[in-house]
Amino acid sequence: MFPALLICLALAVGSVVVGVYAERKVSAFIQDRLGPMEVGPYGSLQLIADLLKLLQKEDIVPKLADRRLFLAAPLLIFTAIFAGYSVLPLSPDWQGSGASEGVYFLLAIVSFDILGLLMAGWASNNKYSLIGAMRAVAQIISYEIPLGLSVLCVVMLSQSLNLQEISYQQGIHAAELNYLFGLKGLGIDVSEVGGFLTWNLVRMPLFFIAFLIFFITSLAECNRAPFDMSEAESELVGGFHTEYSGYRWALLFLSEYAMMLLVSILGAVLFLGSWNTPLPNLGPLRLADWTSGQPGTFYGNLTGIFWILLKAAALIFVQMWVRWTYPRLRVDQLMHLCWKVLTPAALILVLLTGVWRLLMV
Amino acid sequence: MNTNYLPSDYLPIVVQLLAALGFIVGSMLVSHNIGPKRHSKKKDDPFECGIPTEGDARTPISVKYFLVAILFVLFDVEIIFLYPWAVNFLDWMKESREMAIAIFVEMILFMGLLLVGFYYIIRKGVLNWNQ
Repeated sequence: MFPALLICLALAVGSVVVGVYAERKVSAFIQDRLGPMEVGPYGSLQLIADLLKLLQKEDIVPKLADRRLFLAAPLLIFTAIFAGYSVLPLSPDWQGSGASEGVYFLLAIVSFDILGLLMAGWASNNKYSLIGAMRAVAQIISYEIPLGLSVLCVVMLSQSLNLQEISYQQGIHAAELNYLFGLKGLGIDVSEVGGFLTWNLVRMPLFFIAFLIFFITSLAECNRAPFDMSEAESELVGGFHTEYSGYRWALLFLSEYAMMLLVSILGAVLFLGSWNTPLPNLGPLRLADWTSGQPGTFYGNLTGIFWILLKAAALIFVQMWVRWTYPRLRVDQLMHLCWKVLTPAALILVLLTGVWRLLMV
Repeated sequence: MNTNYLPSDYLPIVVQLLAALGFIVGSMLVSHNIGPKRHSKKKDDPFECGIPTEGDARTPISVKYFLVAILFVLFDVEIIFLYPWAVNFLDWMKESREMAIAIFVEMILFMGLLLVGFYYIIRKGVLNWNQ
């Protein structure tokens, strides 16, 4: 439990450092620039330098601001997101908290973020901040509904709210038999084959749509482009964090990247086989056995954390790719997409998942 | 894998919360001690792209935001109700035929009522943000 917690904390902080560097390098690559090159080899220590600089800056509180709320808002956002890491299963044995309601807890944590945004926007007493916060809140609470429904599909399939149990079901260590596409009628047993064939995405092929919905809503939950209405820098300066400066601003910045990793790991756990290897056993070629150790052994944990971080990194890369490729949506397009496209689609998916689950027994 | 849940399973969440808080408090203390503290009239004003601040920032906001908030409460409560159902529906389905039909009809009724409301909202134009 406690080694896992330490890993979680180190991971959360480390991911932010790697994430910010990766974002700058990816954006530079997409825009045909070099990105940071000065500090350290290939600019890899740039963020450390930035954080040290921000640490020395003045913490300005505007005179008209609601002082207590203004100071507490970044604290609330940061703590909530970092607490979310404690329920993520990083390997068969490394999970901070084995709480039975991991999925529920994570959804609650994601919503907690909104409170902090609203506090920051309201307390700043600045026009840009308030408009940014209002947009952010309207956007996040709207996208929470398709997010909740797409996660519900997975919960229906796995019949559990425990993230570790959901992980176990998607690989060669599953307690129950896994059939190809989850259909018992097909009669092709893949529980020994493992690999990507036992991922939730393949166990229930309609989850491709659910995963798409999950990914789009997770972009909106992180306030990432093309859903960065709340901090649209061309019209709102910095949105809800216009008035923040110095280290308090850095905290908001860090929590944004921590949130990206949080939803990416959650997506990997729910849809992409969690810490299970993507390589299947093919006859004498025991790729799945070779690339994943037994639960309880050090090798098993090491391969587990390697695969889940690889999957999360791939998802984060797509998030960055989307950010530097698509233009920002308008508010009405945002609401149209959420309420008239994603929500009905997710509701239909929930129904279809229920039917599919009955075919699996 | 752990399947016997204890209240102590939630302890790591508290530990993580405290660790995050400790990290913030520690680094904020450092920041406060080494950072400058210089006040001036201009600096303490709300930022407005360099022009003098005009009026109150807390202006009235479009009622549409409020409607979205109400819709969120309705739908989110519905989803919260769906979760316990979703986790248990397979066991109930296996129990007996009558039980299976009963929970299916109940869920269809619940969702049907909700979707009627959803249709009403759309026809009322609550979600037309481009006007």
